[in-house]
Amino acid sequence: MVDITPGPVDAVPPAEVPEVELYHPHSWWTKYVFSQDAKVIAIQYSGTAMAIGLVALVLSWLMRLQLGFPGTFDFITPEAYYQFITMHGMIMVIYLLTALFLGGFGNYLIPLMVGARDMVFPYVNMLSYWIYLLAVLVLVASFFAPGGPTGAGWTLYPPQAILSGTPGGQDWGIILMLVSLILFIIGFTMGGLNYVVTVLQGRTRGMTLMRLPLTVWGIFTATVMALLAFPALFVACVMMLFDRVLGTSFFMPALVEMGEQLSYGGGSPILFQHLFWFFGHPEVYIVALPAFGIVSDLISTHARKNIFGYRMMVWAIVAIGALSFVVWAHHMYVSGMHPYFGFFFATTTLIIAIPTAIKVYNWVLTLWRGDIHLTIPMLFALAFIVTFVNGGLTGLFLGNVVVDVPLSDTMFVVAHFHMVMGVAPILVIFGAIYHWYPKITGRMLNEVMGQFHFWVTFVGAYAIFFPMHYVGLVGVPRRYPEIGDTAFIPDSVHDLNAFITIAALIVGFAQMVFLFNLFWSLKFGREAGGNPWRATTLEWQTSETPPAHGNFGKELPVVYRWAYDYNVPGANEDFLAQNDPGAAKAAQPA
Amino acid sequence: MAETTTNFGISEAQPDGWRGIAADWSSDQRAFKNVSWGKAMMWIFLLSDTFIFGCFLLSYMTARMSTTVPWPNPSEVFGLHVAGVSVPLLLIAIMTFVLISSSGTMAMAVNYGYRRDRRKAAILMLLTAALGATFVGVQAFEWTKLIMEGVRPWGNPWGAEQFGASFFMITGFHGTHVTFGVIFLLIIARKVWRGDYDVGRRGFFTSRRGRYESVEIMGLYWHFVDLVWVFIFAFFYLW
Repeated sequence: MVDITPGPVDAVPPAEVPEVELYHPHSWWTKYVFSQDAKVIAIQYSGTAMAIGLVALVLSWLMRLQLGFPGTFDFITPEAYYQFITMHGMIMVIYLLTALFLGGFGNYLIPLMVGARDMVFPYVNMLSYWIYLLAVLVLVASFFAPGGPTGAGWTLYPPQAILSGTPGGQDWGIILMLVSLILFIIGFTMGGLNYVVTVLQGRTRGMTLMRLPLTVWGIFTATVMALLAFPALFVACVMMLFDRVLGTSFFMPALVEMGEQLSYGGGSPILFQHLFWFFGHPEVYIVALPAFGIVSDLISTHARKNIFGYRMMVWAIVAIGALSFVVWAHHMYVSGMHPYFGFFFATTTLIIAIPTAIKVYNWVLTLWRGDIHLTIPMLFALAFIVTFVNGGLTGLFLGNVVVDVPLSDTMFVVAHFHMVMGVAPILVIFGAIYHWYPKITGRMLNEVMGQFHFWVTFVGAYAIFFPMHYVGLVGVPRRYPEIGDTAFIPDSVHDLNAFITIAALIVGFAQMVFLFNLFWSLKFGREAGGNPWRATTLEWQTSETPPAHGNFGKELPVVYRWAYDYNVPGANEDFLAQNDPGAAKAAQPA
Repeated sequence: MAETTTNFGISEAQPDGWRGIAADWSSDQRAFKNVSWGKAMMWIFLLSDTFIFGCFLLSYMTARMSTTVPWPNPSEVFGLHVAGVSVPLLLIAIMTFVLISSSGTMAMAVNYGYRRDRRKAAILMLLTAALGATFVGVQAFEWTKLIMEGVRPWGNPWGAEQFGASFFMITGFHGTHVTFGVIFLLIIARKVWRGDYDVGRRGFFTSRRGRYESVEIMGLYWHFVDLVWVFIFAFFYLW
């Protein structure tokens, strides 16, 4: 149990390298617009991601209105419904969650938490944001293109994705979608290389990897995974773009459409599925691992107790990251595979439950006999644990081939993945925003609005997704704009669908309160001071709040301990900051 | 626990076994000692790029193995008629020779760069760029020849249409890499020639002050592009 004894701190070796010179902006434009400061880039990333996320939220309302009250809204045609689904999924997974966790939180927290002045290559980091913005604009452009955005489903499965029966398939929709994804990947790579190298090579004195806050571990591992998983999506997008624009047949078999033989032939649609899910499954953990990391820090800080089993937490993150590359075909059980492959992928899928369970147990054991402060970040963190366990348990159903086959393509799947990779990470994003907003702006977010936002979102999310499991179990298929009077579907499903829709609208409204709070507290929030949560990590120890350009004033901090020294016996306060030399100060060599 | 001495002369207890390996990798400030930020970034980028080429090549192999129509015979398709004699793979042999030679000149440029021999380093880099440009030129000739013979991304006279699609896509993507390499080689050769790395002028892409290490980082990219070509060569022309 080496981990939980704060013990005598190790000797901090002298600096290995002289500090690298920092780029200083000269004008308003280079300070706030074309900024190379990771903190500004983080806010640009977050703002853009939340703005496009708002579009996805509105799309989800429109879908729910159609499902809850079919036939009431004339403008929601089946084609429009498919477009809403596709854009909602794609925006949420890639342009909101990935961008916000890695581009937003990664940029803000990595340099501050590892004790660096900025990312290693700030100029490349800046380019990363602008290419991301371009990708978002191309995506938005598809709403205004002739034929509208693509309606191929967020998985973009060929051959339907580029055929005329699918909205946008023979128009601009699918082309703009693929171009936008390619741009996103190029932009992300530029940022991702920065995050990885900053963590590996740019840390301050004393900050060994095994002293990193788990937030950084989560974001770091997720970024490494993204750098290895996005190439598969890149290749798939390039090939499908060629199929659509040049008439190649990578993914297109011989087809007859409207009685006419198309010029395609000999391609393999399954190849696309393999490429897509080789990206798609790691993507789930690219979104989940930063959430795991952040939630660990929130729980430890707000329960005033060290994280339980830090080393195991780190190894679990790394193990989940590695395992997630060998499970992708569990998304393809019904696509037609050799049964032994299904067996292999089911086994690897279930093995992931082990490191994940380690993490959940460790969170709970961190809470056990902790001094739990039910602050808003803590409420969101607790809600995350519950929701993640819920979503994880239904994952066990879907991971097994024989159970998955009847459940596949039902609303049960929709409920599962929304719980585990939709609601759960978003709860962490909210918790993290409430937690770090004081550092970013110098003011606390309003508590009353925060409580309202939390309870409506948390209870509401369950009101939406619990009934959806049932709807799926009785056999309602996903992706259908309207189920009508189908014999095997009981009437209760229609009532539940209306109920879910109303819950979704209410939860959506609560997000408006949250957005209002973000702006209101900027001016009227309570002054936060430098370290309102009395937390240990380096970002709370900056001389200025919000941190100035260069993060740490004249001298970079020196790190003497891990990030979780709460309630250390014998210490003056209930926490010891990472750069606090503590009692060992006298014994330290200069 | 073994007593060891670190680089800094501080004697401290270090763990053994797996814990020792973890402690080494996670050690203070830098995971890879004496590796600069730029070099670390290039290595990680190349790892990511390896996955792109890996996916491209795996997709090509899948297409080739799963197609129902016979695959064109590469030794005929890529053959060249010189003075009435059919020589298989002649053009590719020249291209491969040119590209591998450019790796040699690049390695020499790195060496002279570290010796501060600006003139030789810059000339060798220009020579590397010239060989790279030759490669792209011969590739353009090969593309032209195949297009004249009727090969298109959507079909060809000899068999499976995925042949043209994969060929143009993969060699095109690789050729783009070579072209970018040539452009960056010219830029860095100019900086070496002007002595930018001696006076510490700010870089054009990273806005950081450069060092002669930039030549080596450029070399890493160039050797990678050559290595990828070896795989494309093996899987496309020899299979």
